Amino acid sequence: MKAMLGALLLVLALGRGAPALAAIEPREFPTPEQDALYHELIDELRCLVCQNQNLAESNAPLARDLRDEIAEMVRAGKGREEVVGFLVARYGDFVLYRPPLRRDTWLLWAGPFLLVGAGLVALAVVLRRRQAASPTAAAPDPEALARARALLRGDRAGGGGDRAP
Amino acid sequence: MRLGAPLRYGLPLLIFAGLAALLWQALGRDPKLVPSPLVGKPAPAFALPSLRDPARVVGTEDMRGRVALLNVWASWCAACRQEHPFLMRLAREGRVSIYGLNYKDRREDALRWLDGLGDPYVWSAHDLEGRVGIDWGVYGVPETFVLDARGIIRYKHVGPLDEKVWRERIAPVLAELSAEAKGAAR
Repeated sequence: MKAMLGALLLVLALGRGAPALAAIEPREFPTPEQDALYHELIDELRCLVCQNQNLAESNAPLARDLRDEIAEMVRAGKGREEVVGFLVARYGDFVLYRPPLRRDTWLLWAGPFLLVGAGLVALAVVLRRRQAASPTAAAPDPEALARARALLRGDRAGGGGDRAP
Repeated sequence: MRLGAPLRYGLPLLIFAGLAALLWQALGRDPKLVPSPLVGKPAPAFALPSLRDPARVVGTEDMRGRVALLNVWASWCAACRQEHPFLMRLAREGRVSIYGLNYKDRREDALRWLDGLGDPYVWSAHDLEGRVGIDWGVYGVPETFVLDARGIIRYKHVGPLDEKVWRERIAPVLAELSAEAKGAAR
């Protein structure tokens, strides 16, 4: 009984918290392109109050105001660049989840590739060195090879009666 | 060919030390503080009804000509209450003129606040819809902007002002501004 009550409470709690998208108020746009642009923008612009949420997810009053502002600009026929420029001019690059590629951000963009590259180079060096150092990698002695072949052939012919001591 | 011992052990150690230093210095930073792109730029112009007298329009024009603070506040903001006594002291000592931007607040609530706790502001502009706040990049009340005589934003502080913030952050900016003014007058 207790467990059932607990489960019920859990379901209620989850049901209440789950639809984060309910934060978005419905808006209408004259064209489907504008509607798409609006949703694209609020999806990739960051809320300054709840910093790990985008404008679409955030319940913060500022996020709502910024959604209003963006919707108005989109309805007025403003393009993507203009809206993003408007917000960056006021709040800085911080609002962008996708920071621009610039002199002071190139490391941010190139860093992961540089690290992977360095890792690959290190891996190649280590592998080559290991290969050079290991005896198995050396070309097999032709005499031993011939003996091995003979043994294998004999094995097949003789039915494998005798074992090596 | 093997790496020498100094490189074999030194290199990972060096990388570790570098990473540790990088992460350590970032640990002390407050992620809530977002640097404002407005610092060094002319203050975004506004003209809003005054809080006390809605018929009177106040705005950036009134702040020109001398160094000024613009303090963004609201009666619903707990940290504003915390900073308020300090603003009162600043106003009493007359160190700098303080203007207010009352952000997304009901007029009667804001006026009750000023009448009850004291009014440190030359005037407060009433930004009911928060539009001016957006223009100024406001994201967390209280915020305080330092404007120079030409109306350029020279510094922005997010969070309540107090003696420590004043001494460490605002006072140096004001000192620099008054040095600039002296240099220009000479």
